[in-house]
Amino acid sequence: MAAINRDDVAHLARLAHIEMSAEELDRMAGELAVIVDSVKSVSEAAGDDVPATSHPIPLNNVFREDVVGHTFTAEQALSGAPDSFEGRFKVPAILDED
Amino acid sequence: MTELNNTELIRLSAAQLAAKLAAREVTSVEVTQAYLDRIALVDGGADGIHAFLHVNTEEALAVAAEVDAIRAAGGAEAEALHELAGVPIAVKDLIVTIGQPTTAGSKILEGWHSPYDATVIKKLRAAKMPILGKTNLDEFAMGSSTEHSAYGPTRNPWDLDRIPGGSGGGSAAAVAAFEAPLALGTDTGGSIRQPGAVTGTVGMKPTYGAVSRYGAIAMASSLDQIGPVSRTVLDSALLQEVIGGHDPFDSTSLTDPFDTLVAAAKTGNVTGMKIGIIKELHGEGYQAGVETRFNESLELLKGAGAEIVEVSCPNFKYALGAYYLIMPSEVSSNLAKFDGVRYGMRVLPKDGPMTIERVMGATRAAGFGDEVKRRIILGTYALSAGYYDAYYGSAQKVRTLIQRDFDAAFAQADVLISPTAPTTAFKLGEKLDDPLAMYLNDVATIPANMAGIPGLSLPGGLADEDGLPVGIQLLAPAREDARLYRVGAVLESLLEEKWGGPLLDRAPALQAPVLGSSSTIAGGSN
Repeated sequence: MAAINRDDVAHLARLAHIEMSAEELDRMAGELAVIVDSVKSVSEAAGDDVPATSHPIPLNNVFREDVVGHTFTAEQALSGAPDSFEGRFKVPAILDED
Repeated sequence: MTELNNTELIRLSAAQLAAKLAAREVTSVEVTQAYLDRIALVDGGADGIHAFLHVNTEEALAVAAEVDAIRAAGGAEAEALHELAGVPIAVKDLIVTIGQPTTAGSKILEGWHSPYDATVIKKLRAAKMPILGKTNLDEFAMGSSTEHSAYGPTRNPWDLDRIPGGSGGGSAAAVAAFEAPLALGTDTGGSIRQPGAVTGTVGMKPTYGAVSRYGAIAMASSLDQIGPVSRTVLDSALLQEVIGGHDPFDSTSLTDPFDTLVAAAKTGNVTGMKIGIIKELHGEGYQAGVETRFNESLELLKGAGAEIVEVSCPNFKYALGAYYLIMPSEVSSNLAKFDGVRYGMRVLPKDGPMTIERVMGATRAAGFGDEVKRRIILGTYALSAGYYDAYYGSAQKVRTLIQRDFDAAFAQADVLISPTAPTTAFKLGEKLDDPLAMYLNDVATIPANMAGIPGLSLPGGLADEDGLPVGIQLLAPAREDARLYRVGAVLESLLEEKWGGPLLDRAPALQAPVLGSSSTIAGGSN
């Protein structure tokens, strides 16, 4: 497995929507390289015949009746929003203007 | 009946308090006020414990007064009161509550109020247990020391310069410092059990799905579990029966009743039981004083009629690595919702176009701390195209191997035993700059989360070299939570017999950091 470098961290930070300063990228790249190195043995632990486990206690087909249950009022849903307008979340521009 | 002063009152267990409340020897208002006074005395100030992020004085006293009024009136309503009605409790600030702020220990949720109660909170309210407040934690429960809280660390009541464990250091310290008789925690990789170990308290991670996760702000959904924090094994059993049970709001919630926990704690017995030492979870890498106390517990259990066997879980060596791939992967997904749109803080970029992407980037940069950022980046990496199979996919296979190791171990033993944490409480700041060293604290607790099985930590005594608490961990197969309470209660009583009382009686008295408090509570008995 490849080591993680500063460019990788910058790319991942963009994907994760976390702005990072040059200093932060340097530090984070160093720390993450150590962590990634320490977990690499995991890829050699299990053969192809071992199935993956995504949940510790398997429960299948958990359904409920198709009826309206608990819902929030618009006021409740918006109560923690940083900005709202006429009963809706107010969002900054979705598209860049160019 | 002799009158209890407040110092004695706050040192009673929840079960003892419940009995005194039912017998009307004390009122819930008196009990709740005694704890609020204790919080005012020891929690604040520069040298305070800082277990609480929010104290819920008014509501707690109102609930207490309601319970007292019902008891005073008598009749059917008094009869119908829950056994723990009027016994106060603290709640980890990862669990959402109406009427109190919920921060998750993060700046990004500073000042946020949930419009709904977690299922466990609804159950506490139904049982009429006064909620004393919200306790400190590592940001979004990511850490083993509470130092990653955006609101400053919690201190260990045994030594104010040391960590109280994490992420639930606030809940454990509150209970250890007699600021609450009970608390709720959450455990993703040890966040209930490891703080219990280093503060000399009891912490239980129930079977995955035994307690609803609805309203616990998700860190890693396939690993997270809410559970009890207390000073005695019986108290944890009492609390788990309050908060447990099936919840249609959590699709991973089990339908098993889990209603024999209190009975198990009361009728503890280990005669003829096989207790397995996990070869890989002691010895090298574990502090000498931890090992000594661990061996002492084994001898006590043997003396009580248990058979001690050794089991091997060879794949546990991959557990920490697999955990640090699965957990961050789930973190990166779960924390995507903190985007500066629906709740919490919004930070605008200093200059340039105010597009939503740039606002999210600025908001998350300012709102999240370093450890949260590290884990989001790591998780994003592990889930990236090209790396998914090697990282996340492999880690999920290791999860299967860990489950198989446990299956094989439980074929040879009824219960497994290990130290809860490799060391006693370390100094504040000691491991803050070394993430990997911090992660190693959870080496003995992580396997249970990976397999979804229950784990109980209880005080095992003090390490000879530093006089700090050591935790003993018991593990049982999934759905066998009662077995842990049964064995835990036996070990607890054997140890207390040896010590001549609860371990917390040996904790140092806390100095009052706040001048002019009306309380006369002095703290520990040393």
